[in-house]
Amino acid sequence: MASSTTIPLPPRFSYPGVLRVIAIIGIFALISISLQGADISPRAFIEGLPYMWDVLKDMFPPRVDRLPNIGVLLLDTFYMAVAGTTLGVLVSFPLAICAARTTTPHGIVYQLARAGVSLARTVPDLVWALFFVVTVGIGAFAGVLTIAVDTLGFCGRFFAESIEETERSPEEALRALGAGKIAILATYILPSCTPSFINTILFSLEKAVRSSVVLGLVGAGGIGVELKVAMDTFQYDEACTIILAIFALVVVVEQISTRARRALLEEPHS
Amino acid sequence: MTNVALKQNELTEYEQSTMSSVADSPLQVFELEKRFGDQRVLQGLTLSLKAGEATALLGSNGSGKSTLLRTIPKLISPDAGSVSVLGKDVLSLKSRDLKNLRSQIGFVFQKHNLVPRLNALTNTLHGALGRTSFGRAWFHSIAPKELREQAYSCLERVDLAAHAAKQTRHLSGGQSQRVAIARALMQQPKIMLADEPVASLDPEAGEHIMQLLRSLSEHEGITLLFSTHHLEHALQYADRIVGLVKGKIVLDKPSAELDIQSLREFYGE
Ligand SMILES: Nc1ncnc2c1ncn2[C@@H]1O[C@H](COP(=O)(O)OP(=O)(O)O)[C@@H](O)[C@H]1O
Ligand SMILES: [Mg+2]
Repeated sequence: MASSTTIPLPPRFSYPGVLRVIAIIGIFALISISLQGADISPRAFIEGLPYMWDVLKDMFPPRVDRLPNIGVLLLDTFYMAVAGTTLGVLVSFPLAICAARTTTPHGIVYQLARAGVSLARTVPDLVWALFFVVTVGIGAFAGVLTIAVDTLGFCGRFFAESIEETERSPEEALRALGAGKIAILATYILPSCTPSFINTILFSLEKAVRSSVVLGLVGAGGIGVELKVAMDTFQYDEACTIILAIFALVVVVEQISTRARRALLEEPHS
Repeated sequence: MTNVALKQNELTEYEQSTMSSVADSPLQVFELEKRFGDQRVLQGLTLSLKAGEATALLGSNGSGKSTLLRTIPKLISPDAGSVSVLGKDVLSLKSRDLKNLRSQIGFVFQKHNLVPRLNALTNTLHGALGRTSFGRAWFHSIAPKELREQAYSCLERVDLAAHAAKQTRHLSGGQSQRVAIARALMQQPKIMLADEPVASLDPEAGEHIMQLLRSLSEHEGITLLFSTHHLEHALQYADRIVGLVKGKIVLDKPSAELDIQSLREFYGE
């Protein structure tokens, strides 16, 4: 028989705390304010429907006579993405080593590296693009720099996390046999992180391709500017071709990236 | 100029002192004290090993075995006491000299602690990291011929040459531990420390590892100090058995004078 010391069955529901009630009320308040603030107007939407239809109608059939030009532009956009990613990845390696608690040479270096990575990541790419268009001028180089900074924010963070997650005990074993810090980094930490690095790099390439197609909207090179011109001059059929081309590029890059990931990271069946 | 001359002097001095003192006791610890917070983990521990002898370290969990072993290559700094290895005062050594000394002490852990994505040959090659620049002992593909061949022969000595090209994450626990021993052999050590080297292996693999360590000590004159919870292993593979209780030595006898019953009594205390 159960004695008086038996712990009772917990109740099905516990009363929410005051903080939780306040949080729930706050969330609902935020949603209702946002819906009012966003000028949601069913009337504007319904009135806009015929125009949407007109634009769509004008888009088809897409105009294919400028397809070769668009192809060249698309390839340029892709090169911009690859160049920016490469640059960003190269800078990310040393930065991530400084931004990982386990490998940083100094506490101050760590704080600075962390701050740099956060800044690169939290400022949106279009803002970086505007900054570089103003400083280095309109064109693809501004786009390359934008993508490099964007990549830095992404790779810097995930490289550093993966470095911090490596197990400590093999490190101690290498220290015990007389290996120095740099030797341990080179022989243990970097080889152990390689799969995760490859994964991160492939993701950031996909991300770079997606953002490279819109950077042109603010003058940072690539195919985006063509799209803007076509839309502004009501050449919807040409805009459609460009949109389909962008879609094809993104899909192809994602497919290749997925396959590369599988080929490089999956266990060999042996 | 003077710098270079100084360096050469240090080196020869280092080598001389290493050679002259190996004859006697290659490993001595004296009055070691170590606290973690309020807990005295090593309490005035003094121990001196004979060259070429195999010593087993017994003691229940928390008695300070790992702390003692880690203190020897200065992975942990004690609060007081001294450690002398191959005639060197370990605790006063810094950077280059410390690495140099560590490179002569093999250390095998309970977990093999290999780099899982690199193959057995490269992991073995890493044993040379303490005595050469890391570029030469980084990957087997770019290592100089003589180091590569040395690493291979270390793998042969632990009977794993056939798996040299395999990534170590695909090896069994016992095989991995043998690679760890090969890596220690690559150091060309005079002393081998082993912290419960068979605790995570099945009995058969454990026997194999203990035999290997014992034969290294016997045939190559390597001084061996290993901790274990296997009383049979201590009796069978050690010349001498040292028992720790709360960081103090309470038992220290040749294994020939001990039997399983007396060791059980030691644990019973
Ligand atoms: N880094 C550490 N920090 C705090 N306490 C530790 C640390 N390392 C070991 N200890 C404590 O010291 C005692 C001895 O540990 P250890 O040397 O690992 O014993 P053993 O290897 O004999 O089991 C244990 O009580 C352990 O909790
Ligand atoms: Mg232990």
